[in-house]
Amino acid sequence: MKSWIAFWNILKKDIKNYYLKPPNISWGIIFPLSWTLMQLIRSPGKNVLELLPGLIAMSVLFGTTSMLAVTITFERSGRSFERLLLAPISLSTMVLAKMAGTIVFGIFNAFVPVIFASFFINLSAVKWGALLPAVFLIAITSSLMGLLIAVSAEQVFEAQTFSNFFRFPMLFLCGLFIPISSLPAFLRPVSYCLPLTYGTDILKGAIIGTNTLSPALCFGLLLVFSTILFLICRYNINRKWIL
Amino acid sequence: MEMVRVTNLKKKYGNFTAVDDISFDIKKGEIFGFLGPNGAGKTSTINMIIGLSRPTAGDIAVNGIDVRKQTKKAQAIMGIVADESNLYNEMNGFDNLCFCAALYGIRKEEREPKARQLLEQFRLTDAGNRPYKAYSKGMRRKLTIAAALIHSPRILFLDEPTTGIDVESSRYIRDMIVDLKKQGTTIFLTTHYIEEAQRICDRIAFIANGRIVATGTVPELMESVKHGHTIHFITDEITECLADEVQAHFRGSNVTIRSDRSLVMASEQRIPLLPVMAFFRDKGIEVYEAEELRPSLEDVFVKLTGIESSMLGKEKANTTS
Repeated sequence: MKSWIAFWNILKKDIKNYYLKPPNISWGIIFPLSWTLMQLIRSPGKNVLELLPGLIAMSVLFGTTSMLAVTITFERSGRSFERLLLAPISLSTMVLAKMAGTIVFGIFNAFVPVIFASFFINLSAVKWGALLPAVFLIAITSSLMGLLIAVSAEQVFEAQTFSNFFRFPMLFLCGLFIPISSLPAFLRPVSYCLPLTYGTDILKGAIIGTNTLSPALCFGLLLVFSTILFLICRYNINRKWIL
Repeated sequence: MEMVRVTNLKKKYGNFTAVDDISFDIKKGEIFGFLGPNGAGKTSTINMIIGLSRPTAGDIAVNGIDVRKQTKKAQAIMGIVADESNLYNEMNGFDNLCFCAALYGIRKEEREPKARQLLEQFRLTDAGNRPYKAYSKGMRRKLTIAAALIHSPRILFLDEPTTGIDVESSRYIRDMIVDLKKQGTTIFLTTHYIEEAQRICDRIAFIANGRIVATGTVPELMESVKHGHTIHFITDEITECLADEVQAHFRGSNVTIRSDRSLVMASEQRIPLLPVMAFFRDKGIEVYEAEELRPSLEDVFVKLTGIESSMLGKEKANTTS
């Protein structure tokens, strides 16, 4: 019960202090909208439905990775993060609470292009049962990557730089813009090491039915990625922040 | 019964030894001062005790709980005030206190009245709804201490609580520390200010270069430095040859004339007052005052650590700026 009180209040504080601030709300809305419009202008004849998996994946990825890395680095530089490390709650509870805010923010970002698209196309064929858990798992893995960055960064600008170093190669290797089969042979194994590859594949299957892997396999691998990333983050926090 | 027991504690960062095999106890309900210059190992020691840093070697027990093995259990009874006020800028005073209480699992119906009570206790009620970033340094310090008390800790760690804040807030914090002790809270205080430690601490440890050089009550520390005896006399008049006459009469004494009305007499042995007074009377000199001069705690610190008091003064200026 005590851990739950701490968890809930860390989540509430982060949402109120960081995610509900006007710059972040506007980022959460404008960024996915801009990407949607860019894609529509670039490929006028293209079906909006075909753009949706990429837009959702990008919105979640960009929303989550930088936010968690930046907020944690910001709290660490002001030393308020020490309060969380010194609180009588387990490191796992603290990490999950910090992640929860980012996951909520990532999911919110993901649905901006969906809502936008609903004005133009019929979304009744979308398999929501697959799409919703996929968005959730992409948000989790992306948040954990943001946390990995936060552990390594000392300053907010470092967190932002490291985030970009991760995100852009991922976008081009996960099969969103270029099918994995069209990538050079030496890059394909890298693609299959990225959680976003599997998230994108589920989204493609759920929205336009063009997945290349089994959804069950993708969900399983996303869960494995989430667990491994969580354990690495926990280990790194223990090693680097408790000196 | 000890609230804190530190045994052979050591902390190394690469080849640098920040804390070198120190041991000490803090009794329940006492104010324990940890005095030393920057880089002496104070913060490294505190960080190991509170579980923010891992010892290279040694044991730490807080209220009988092994901090290395049961860190979170030990942290539940600690209140911690870091050397920097580190609350959340975006939140107001009241919300900051409520959030800190929630981290200790305190329910809303308990934490809100407690937060209000602490705001009142620290004279911050009017500022409770203002964002923390708008607080003055003194107010921030007080709110940070209030946040450390929100879960009624058994032991409070205060790292430089009065550094860089106004005189009134400093005085208030010192009074508050003494009140907390009266209520049974154990206090671990690190400070640069020797006079602050002397005024409020029950026992003090001097730390320099990662080692504890002395521990004891203020009188014990004073006594630990052999200083002989010195008496300052204020009289109606003093002639130039008086110093030689006194030294000749009282063998083993060393006399210095400070002004035309005062002289200082020092001796390894206790100085019996009556013969000295009789000597002055025979010379027709009236004695108005005789005061034994004792070394200050600062003198003791300088002698034991080899660190000049000017060095501490310099650090105070650096920390305050």
